[in-house]
Amino acid sequence: MELKRKPADDTRIKVGKKSGSVMTLPLIIWLVCFVLVPLLLIGWYGITVENPDGSMSVSFENFKRFADPIYLNPLLRSAKIATITTVVCIALGYPVAYILARSTAKWTNIVMMLILMPMWINFMLRIYSWASLLEGNGIINSLLVSLGFEKQQFMYTEGVVVLGTIYNFLPFMIMPIQNVLLKLDNSLLEAAADLGASPVRRFFKITLPYSVPGIISGVAMVFVPSVTTFVISQRLGGNKVPLIGNIIESQFGMAGDWNFGSTVSLIVMAIVLAFMFAINKTDRAEVNGRGLTL
Amino acid sequence: MRTHRTKWYSKLYLGLIVAFLQLPIIIMMINSFNSSRAMGAWTWEGFTLDWYRELISNDKILSSLGTTLLLALAAAVISTIIGTIAAIGLSGMKKRISGIILNVSYIPMLNAEIVMGISLMLLFAIIGIDRGFLTLLIGHITFCIPYVILSVMPKIRQFDHSKYEAALDLGATPKMAIVRIFIPDILPGIISGFLMAFTLSMDDFIISFFTTGNGVKTLPIEIYTMMTKRGISPEVNALSTIVYIIVFIIMLGINVLPSIRQRADIKKKLKSERKQVS
Repeated sequence: MELKRKPADDTRIKVGKKSGSVMTLPLIIWLVCFVLVPLLLIGWYGITVENPDGSMSVSFENFKRFADPIYLNPLLRSAKIATITTVVCIALGYPVAYILARSTAKWTNIVMMLILMPMWINFMLRIYSWASLLEGNGIINSLLVSLGFEKQQFMYTEGVVVLGTIYNFLPFMIMPIQNVLLKLDNSLLEAAADLGASPVRRFFKITLPYSVPGIISGVAMVFVPSVTTFVISQRLGGNKVPLIGNIIESQFGMAGDWNFGSTVSLIVMAIVLAFMFAINKTDRAEVNGRGLTL
Repeated sequence: MRTHRTKWYSKLYLGLIVAFLQLPIIIMMINSFNSSRAMGAWTWEGFTLDWYRELISNDKILSSLGTTLLLALAAAVISTIIGTIAAIGLSGMKKRISGIILNVSYIPMLNAEIVMGISLMLLFAIIGIDRGFLTLLIGHITFCIPYVILSVMPKIRQFDHSKYEAALDLGATPKMAIVRIFIPDILPGIISGFLMAFTLSMDDFIISFFTTGNGVKTLPIEIYTMMTKRGISPEVNALSTIVYIIVFIIMLGINVLPSIRQRADIKKKLKSERKQVS
């Protein structure tokens, strides 16, 4: 008899199960051609140097060259700015997502729309607008002077670069958290209340663990672009706050050293991928943990 | 969720966040009506519509806007199709394999954009493809795909599988069950993925910067060129103001119309019920 039954504990979704690999094929081809091969090229350029006659030879010289405060300081500054940005975005964005998801009001859609609308204006224009507000002869200083105060120096500091990154990436934190919270089943909260859990306890035992996947998506969407930005630091920081992105850009632009630029890119990529791996682990652990605690 | 009335301090907080996010855009709008070029010291020199008039004859800005829109539409459509189909396929595969593919597909999003841009530039330089619209499109699709997958995937994971099985038990073919039950359930994810791809493509500067050439310029590249040379011209502020207002009206329509229609539907139902009773 051929009647073997499959185990019932198959947790995989069954929609698209039969044709799963066919459906994934276009993606796989795309990824190989335009993600993996190009990254291998960066790898190759990163571990080679160009000889005077134009040929390439394998050498780790460029990694030694990177171990210099001129390059290390921007890397550390980038990590610091991205960390602050991510933490502040969670602190500012979580309450927004939470209030919007809990509210019965009809205007929540409009508020969400207003939060996402700025993305329709190019970020350089928005950053440029911030500059016209904060510059030495900017709007805020004009107001201060006309009110009889002294001019303030806002521009070209780490603080104003952080303001720029927070401003730019905050919507990316709010969106995924709100998406997850909207799906939270009220009966869970009601059951917990019936069993005597206080509102605070309900929040920390149910709502917060439930929103972790959203927070993690948000962190991924905020941390990485802010660790590698170079336009925001260029416009708001002047040359005073160089970030690692500015170093890479200059190697492929003005300096024209593709090999060293690739080496720096490899280092940044290693950090970013390690970060991605770490949050991927957290994601899985938290999802399993949620299954247990509920 | 959706259980609580919003307290006044929550409303205040939302208002502050919205104000923070809208502030530079309001400044930009004000500057688009300011007769001062606002490039050195900022001064208000009176109301003018000159920048809007000059915009109509500014071929540089208008042609780069056309390129941007065409590129964003093409990139969003193609990446939404590839991403959604792949996400459905991935959810049916063994976790170990789908995990590897997912991790690779997230690379363009999680990795530094500047690195992705450079890597594509190296690829095109080595293969010998002339950089232009096609290379721009390839670059944009590559970074849009992970965002589509990321917004579709949670909807697929949250999909209650018993619904699909119930449909099959009630005699639906698998195709019908997918079209009638599964797709409507994950549709919000697909739409938000598409919109995200579109906005990200329109907003993208870094990938475009490294993958374009031959004079093909998107609006962000035109803006960057202005910013590094003489400052952003007020025509760009005027254009952005127009775009923003159009998008605002469309979005408002999308958000407000359904509730109006719902009310109309309820009224219709009530009327037809009354007729049946009489």
